[in-house]
Amino acid sequence: MTVISDPHVQPTKRPRRLFKNLMAKLASIPMILTALVVFVGGTAWTVVYSFTGSRMLPKTNWVGLDQYERLWNSDRWIISITNLGIYGSCSLVLTLVIGFSLAACLDRKIRFESAFRSIFLYPFALSFVVTGLAWQWILNPDFGVQSIVRGWGWESFVFNPLHDANTVIYGLLIAGLWQGTGLIMCIMLAGLRGIDEDIWKATRVDGIGTIKTYIVVIIPMMRPVFITSLVLIASGIIKLYDLVVAQTGGGPGLASEVPAKYVIEYMFRAQNLGQGFAASTMMLCSVVVILIPWAYLEFGGRKRG
Amino acid sequence: MSKILKSLLVSSALVAAPASQAIELEVTHWWTSGGEAAAVSKFADAWNATGNSWLDGAIAGSGGTARPIIISRILGGDPMAATQLNHGRQAEELIEAGLLLDLSDVAEAGGWADIVNPSALLDSCTLDGKIYCVPVNIHSAQWLWLSHAAYENAGLDVPNDWNEFVASAGKLQAAGTLPLAMGQQGWQQNLAFGAITIAVAGTEAWREVTVNKNAEVAAGPEYAAVFEAMVNARELASESNVQDWNQATNMVITGTAGAQLMGDWAQGEFAVAGQVEGVDYSCLPGLGLNDILDTGGDAFYFPVNDDPAITAAQKELAALLISPEVQVSFNLAKGSLPVRGDIDMSSANGCMQKGLKILASGGILPSGDMSLSADTQTQIEDLMAQFWSGDMSAADAQDDYAELIAKAD
Repeated sequence: MTVISDPHVQPTKRPRRLFKNLMAKLASIPMILTALVVFVGGTAWTVVYSFTGSRMLPKTNWVGLDQYERLWNSDRWIISITNLGIYGSCSLVLTLVIGFSLAACLDRKIRFESAFRSIFLYPFALSFVVTGLAWQWILNPDFGVQSIVRGWGWESFVFNPLHDANTVIYGLLIAGLWQGTGLIMCIMLAGLRGIDEDIWKATRVDGIGTIKTYIVVIIPMMRPVFITSLVLIASGIIKLYDLVVAQTGGGPGLASEVPAKYVIEYMFRAQNLGQGFAASTMMLCSVVVILIPWAYLEFGGRKRG
Repeated sequence: MSKILKSLLVSSALVAAPASQAIELEVTHWWTSGGEAAAVSKFADAWNATGNSWLDGAIAGSGGTARPIIISRILGGDPMAATQLNHGRQAEELIEAGLLLDLSDVAEAGGWADIVNPSALLDSCTLDGKIYCVPVNIHSAQWLWLSHAAYENAGLDVPNDWNEFVASAGKLQAAGTLPLAMGQQGWQQNLAFGAITIAVAGTEAWREVTVNKNAEVAAGPEYAAVFEAMVNARELASESNVQDWNQATNMVITGTAGAQLMGDWAQGEFAVAGQVEGVDYSCLPGLGLNDILDTGGDAFYFPVNDDPAITAAQKELAALLISPEVQVSFNLAKGSLPVRGDIDMSSANGCMQKGLKILASGGILPSGDMSLSADTQTQIEDLMAQFWSGDMSAADAQDDYAELIAKAD
């Protein structure tokens, strides 16, 4: 009591900054703890145990880099990361391009805009398992697209991506794009709506064409929107799992395996935690390799500028 | 009259009550297809008849889906009272960690050592001299299922063994029939590999490689012949686009495929389709070449529980599962072979009788589950998936296989 009433014991400036917005800081403690314990702690635990020979139960029998050596010698792992590379790069580019194009079309003040928006967004409301099954049937040669086109009279038509080891990943890509572009379109559309009308008027006065305006003026202005989309798409790519399980089960053979599936199957089906941890650590590395340069450019650059 | 009946019921209930106050036991399993669910209800009925209650914890999907759920529940401190697993090495680490109930006293009281046939089943439940599981049935994988309709259509006699089948394949193909139906999943391809190995390389080589993990034999001439036969079988099955095993079985049932390599559980599908053994389809245990079957199957494990009442009930259930009446009713519904040799299975159909005869004559092998760890099994399945779907040469596949066996544990 006396302490508070005594004006001479005013705390110095530094501690006061710590107690600024005290309630907000208190309220965020649970989240900070969760983040530290669950994410950072769990990640560290996984990395540490990837150097052990743990089988069904985690044990601390150190085996050095054995798990990693086995991982990189495994055909299945190599196929998995190659697939992720192909799926990832195609999905990233195509989702952005298609999402932005759809948004730009809707933004041209067309009729029935909200109806189209709902149609494009609907797939996103489905789970990946449903999407995977639906596309498994659509792409099935016996009663999907191929049989329909053949029914129209084009007897030699062949469209059977899921049963060919070379094309199965593109079959997955079609389903992934169908599901994912709607959301990106909505985000892009929101971004486009945020652009001031005056910008358009100004470019019209300057006589710049519509497409050129989009590329030169609008897209650079939508940088934050693109970053958000990028993060959403990238996280979706790295955790690609349920779509594969539902649509192809990793087949034919091992042709559509992905890293997340390798992790799950080696941790639980093969009861080899060490191997699964090594694979998930490699997945973490791939994320970090992409994330760190980006974070450096994004945050480091701004401070200097 | 009804009063007397009522009082009788009440008194019998009173007598029964102190022995076991109706205890609810949750039992997890992955028997969810039609025939399997019918079979598991035999267990539930028998258990409910004792005055206890059976809480059914069926987990949809196959063992691969259910096993992680079961294991993580046991590890996570939320164990069920009893659970299905395949006996073998799947539960080894759980036992070592002291998470599963020791059933040695029940086994001794029930004389399991004398009644369980083949005795290898009980061995796979045993670790350090203690018994941790109740085997409930035997499933074997080395069966060739043949469609009579497909052979009639091609104007051929139904083959009597694998070699005759391979010889007849060309004519089947000419008649527009797919010779061999094969589901495109690693475990089915691995199953076919195991069956062909036993037929082609013989049991000695198989035992040397699978049980003793001898990589030299795996790289040797016996196995070279196996992989040659596999390349052959791959060509016979190259038009097979189905995924699940029962879709492949259905091709044999409808006569669009000549044959399928699948375990004895396939006969459930033939039974549901109303087909008769010897008339509509034939079954060849050991592919007709060796009178030999492996003895994989299902067993029940009982996670350790703090509550002594539940522990007592778990032991009671363990004894019930292997009792003669329950074994007969369960295995007839499931289409599997019983684990005891002293019960009357005369109502079983032709294929089961063939299997029983082989069991009685001692033509048995341990299953892959018993000899190889889940880790090695998964790696072999991966190799088989790659082999069957691609154009890997026999020599390459054999090299990879020998390497896996060398590292196996």
